[in-house]
Amino acid sequence: MRKAFCESLVNKSSNKDFVFLTGDLGFMALEPLCTAMQDRFINAGVSEQNMVSVAAGLAKSNLRPWAYSIAPFIYARPFEQIRNDVCLHSLPVILVGNGGGYGYGVMGATHHALEDYGALLTLSGMRAFIPAFDEDIKPMVDTLFKTNNPCYLRLGVTELPKCFQLPEYNSWRKLLDGDGPTLLVIGPLVGGILQHLINLDKSIRPNLWLLSELAPTKFPDEFICDLNRSGHLCVVEEHCSHGGAGQMIAYLLLKEGKQPTRFTTKTALGYPSGKYGSQKYHRAESGLDPISICKHLGI
Amino acid sequence: MLAYETLDQYEALQKKARTMLVKMHYESNAGHVGGNLSALDILLCLHHAVIEKDDLFVLSKGHAAGALYITLWTMGKIPEPELSTFHKDGTRLSGHPPVHGIPEVQFATGSLGHGLSLAAGLALGKKLKQEKGRIYCLTSDGEWNEGSCWEALIFAKHHKLDNLTFIVDSNGLQGFGTTKEVADLGSLAEKFKIFGIETIEVNGHDPSSILSALQNKTTLKAIVAKTMKGKGASFMENKMEWHYLPMTKDQFLQATKELS
Repeated sequence: MRKAFCESLVNKSSNKDFVFLTGDLGFMALEPLCTAMQDRFINAGVSEQNMVSVAAGLAKSNLRPWAYSIAPFIYARPFEQIRNDVCLHSLPVILVGNGGGYGYGVMGATHHALEDYGALLTLSGMRAFIPAFDEDIKPMVDTLFKTNNPCYLRLGVTELPKCFQLPEYNSWRKLLDGDGPTLLVIGPLVGGILQHLINLDKSIRPNLWLLSELAPTKFPDEFICDLNRSGHLCVVEEHCSHGGAGQMIAYLLLKEGKQPTRFTTKTALGYPSGKYGSQKYHRAESGLDPISICKHLGI
Repeated sequence: MLAYETLDQYEALQKKARTMLVKMHYESNAGHVGGNLSALDILLCLHHAVIEKDDLFVLSKGHAAGALYITLWTMGKIPEPELSTFHKDGTRLSGHPPVHGIPEVQFATGSLGHGLSLAAGLALGKKLKQEKGRIYCLTSDGEWNEGSCWEALIFAKHHKLDNLTFIVDSNGLQGFGTTKEVADLGSLAEKFKIFGIETIEVNGHDPSSILSALQNKTTLKAIVAKTMKGKGASFMENKMEWHYLPMTKDQFLQATKELS
């Protein structure tokens, strides 16, 4: 996904207001952007607190700063700078976190971001964008260049099944029809789930939805139709339960007076065994792998 | 540009500002008066004789907001009746600089260690946009306990932000002791010099000394201003408790008498 991200930003490099800051990360990925941006590509060094405040100062100067790091380092270390300097002042700083969820796998817990968008979305005006596929990056980048809000972009690794015809980008997308439960997924792990479900018979498989922008403020009519028919909504995300998309969806359902018969979530559980491994390993430990999800849905 | 041209004129401005600062804090029953009095001369000099149309100022030691409001009042930018709303319900003059409502306030500050980075961002923004003007930032000395200050210093030096001047209000007292007792950094000026930053040490209550240090506007510059917490009110001077305490009526009357 970083390649698609870099390409999309290179295409924006002629925008003289665009400034890109990195916390000394992006080796073997962002070099084309560095070349394209020249003096507007700023390696701020290993100093995320300073980088975010500098970005706020740039945004106050009517520039369009993007600040990039590994996901936990862009939202957790400089959280107060995001809160005070960016969000209190409603500045359009774009925070980019690479490797959301368990993306950095066996690198260990310090490199994982299991509460990133939940924490950030408590802040005034903040919006979060979670692309699931490389194809989502360009439309998101276009949106992020137009927004006046502080935003968080959580990058991961695309797992789009071959030959799957991806619908045009929308914050809500229905990826599969199915007569089973309604399954709503956030982020790139939807790729593996899609791959697993695509060959199942429509009569048993879930109707699969993908949500890419948080926090949601309304439901698509078709989603509510699916939900009314299935009665069971399961929200799946590589994020902890508290402050996650599942809670946002539950809140919105209650607010709109729409209550499914059954509401469940599958979320990141942390480190149940105390052992470390790949992203796939951690997803499986949390029951976020396709087989565990199908089992949970009774398929 | 100069709102005062002689020392006598400055002393009149200083007296007026100090007296009103103490009155405003007394009437609102607010603390932090000591650190406001230590910063006041620097703020008066900066705003009356240095900062021009294209320049910007960031108050990193947000707890000196009162001194900034008083300075803006002396310039006619905050009306006098509004000073009596300081620290009270419905005011725009909050205890630390507000997000909205005062054009001279670029950023709401108060949590220490943010201002120099914000100022660096503004300075970098001006350079990228090839705009005129200089960024001024006032920090406290205790604030340099924050690691983010040093991050900002490294960044400003490395990116050659020669349109940035920062001033340290070095009153030697912080939240729960002297700077030496709490986290002895030795000489901040020497440390800035080791980073390769042009650094000048001045008497932070002497306007000619402050203004002389602010003259060169061509390099990244640090000014360490030796000041006194509670300056001007004898019972407050160099006393840590005046970082926090509001004044009693007797203390207010005594301070007013001394400052007048």
